Amino acid sequence: MNLPLWAMVTAMLTTATPLVFGALGELVTERAGVLNLGIEGTMYAGAFVGVLVAGSSGSVWIGLLAALVTGVLAGLFVGVFTVTLGVNQHVAGIGTTLLLIASCNFASRLLYGGGSVPQVPKFSQLLPDVPVASQYLLTYLAFLIVAPAMFVLLRSTGFGLRVRAVGDNPEAADAAGISVARTRYAALGLGGMLMAAGGAFITLAMLGTFTLNITNGRGWVCIALVIFARWRVIPAVLGGLLFAAVDALQLQLVITPQFAGIPQQLMSALPYLVVIGALVVAGRSLRYPGAYLKPYRRT
Amino acid sequence: MVVSPNRHTRSRARVRVVAAAAVLGLALAACGGNTGEAPTSEAGDGATATAGATTQTAGSAAGPSSEGAATGGSSGPGSSAPSGEKPLVYGVFATPLEEPWDGAIHAALQAAAADGTIVYKHTDNNDTPDKMTRTLTDVITTEKPAIIIGDSFAAEDQVRAVAAKYPETPFVFGSGGKTVDPNFSIFDNWLQDPAFLAGMLAGGMTKSNTIGVVAAMPIPEVNRIVNAFIAGVKESNDKATVKVTFINSFFDPATAKQAALAQVAAGVDVLFAERAGVIEAAKEKNLPVIGMMVDQKSEAPKNVVTSLVWNMRPTIDHIVHEYTKTGTVKAQDLAEFSFMKNGGSSIAPINTDVPGGVPDTVKSAVEAKQKAIEDGSFTTPVNEEAPAGSTTVGG
Repeated sequence: MNLPLWAMVTAMLTTATPLVFGALGELVTERAGVLNLGIEGTMYAGAFVGVLVAGSSGSVWIGLLAALVTGVLAGLFVGVFTVTLGVNQHVAGIGTTLLLIASCNFASRLLYGGGSVPQVPKFSQLLPDVPVASQYLLTYLAFLIVAPAMFVLLRSTGFGLRVRAVGDNPEAADAAGISVARTRYAALGLGGMLMAAGGAFITLAMLGTFTLNITNGRGWVCIALVIFARWRVIPAVLGGLLFAAVDALQLQLVITPQFAGIPQQLMSALPYLVVIGALVVAGRSLRYPGAYLKPYRRT
Repeated sequence: MVVSPNRHTRSRARVRVVAAAAVLGLALAACGGNTGEAPTSEAGDGATATAGATTQTAGSAAGPSSEGAATGGSSGPGSSAPSGEKPLVYGVFATPLEEPWDGAIHAALQAAAADGTIVYKHTDNNDTPDKMTRTLTDVITTEKPAIIIGDSFAAEDQVRAVAAKYPETPFVFGSGGKTVDPNFSIFDNWLQDPAFLAGMLAGGMTKSNTIGVVAAMPIPEVNRIVNAFIAGVKESNDKATVKVTFINSFFDPATAKQAALAQVAAGVDVLFAERAGVIEAAKEKNLPVIGMMVDQKSEAPKNVVTSLVWNMRPTIDHIVHEYTKTGTVKAQDLAEFSFMKNGGSSIAPINTDVPGGVPDTVKSAVEAKQKAIEDGSFTTPVNEEAPAGSTTVGG
């Protein structure tokens, strides 16, 4: 059996890109003490708005910018409910996801009349003929800029310290003069922006168009990756790569004569099974951020 | 003034409950809006824009109103189409219209409405069995359509149950099951003919003798298309191998693209895009690709060789004709109306301006086979078994 190894590594990096964006977005949000289950909807909205604006403006960059702004707004929207009003984070997040997906589908129906969405300007691959390096700009950004920046941000900057403080012990942070609400809003906005970048990658880099169900649950995978990574940047990136590697592997195995007899449903479930397996191993005796899921009130 | 902390807490709790309810309410409203449950009136007039969150906002004045003829549930034949009036054909779809299968039915009904033979309304995304039951019952009792046409997908049992309850309303549904007297007719996307021809084309074009198919899921209506495609490959190239990947979703173009790229890495040099996303892979790798359901040449004019095209007009014209003549549609299997010889399916004009080109011998062999299919001298075999991930056709 001869597997095309370099092509699989190339595929792994591409498939992992939206997961890395999404997981890093979720990670910074959760480190601030807010579980943002609006992630699936935020990625979806980023994917849709990116195409919408890229199509109408004729510029993929403006499309990307619009997607990022949408992500920030989606994050702040979740903040209104979870930070200002202090409602249950599960309900606020899932509500946001349902709202965003349905709104995008509705808008898509109004604009495109139920047919397919026309092709819009999209990013081209850099170095299209070089194995592994033939990736989109956003993939380079995700691995070489965003992930290291997030690592440094959380570990060594004042903002990162404030984020961790309000996520672990908001009372102490408040006493030290840190605005818990403002910090959490900032984390939600930043996180939402990254999630939307993940969604926009699918439409503006991979496809150049939008269809219903475009994210197909990738946001939920990101939630699992963050827990799997125990809220640390490097394991989250590695987790995304692991999922994508198994996906690239199964896509090769299903068309290999030796494996062609195995039901394909089982094979396409493989990446999810691996993530669940990894969670079972890594998820024991987890130490959640101290204020996870807890709205903060001065009492 | 001293405010007790308890009051604070209580009022906060109230705010939270209200806020949570608001989020849910917004979300639910948005969901309703998206389902397209609000039927739109005559197709193609952009009336979709009127789709709100409620179920029964019939669009323009075109809809024949037979309100007041409350017959306690069952709608009599002809009740909505007195002679001289166009019959109201109601599309009730389980999946969103954006799904190409439903899109093909919808397009044909829109075309029929534009030609003035029917009045067409529709509702889609009836994605759960209970919703399907509710919608069908609503539509029958309030709109009294002449004919209901649609896809049931996972709600097949419920659709059949409603059909049994309203025996005087003709049901015409996409189904792999049987017809039921007196009113349940079936149709399906019988695209084995164009699939076979596209397979011949792919077999003749491949230089690596490896062809890739990326399809939704191994269900009979997909399997028979993929199997006919493989049979077509065998007809023109008995050394070829066909790789088949199912992405197990109707909508996941990102995965479909990655599946296609994985096939290309394994040596595939001609692709069949049963699902969206594959054409993008072909564009990126500069390879020929075969489209699906409608002519997809405009998506990649330098890559799309041809497309399998489903035309529901013959099916619809037949049932409308029968209805206007007899006042009903008797239960029947409409499969044949999707066959190529009856104009129900075709392959889009072959585009030779693709990487590698199309050898003339291959093109003329395909055209000869198409003639044989059309005059009935060749019948494409139908096989609904799930194809293997890798089939060497000569082996």
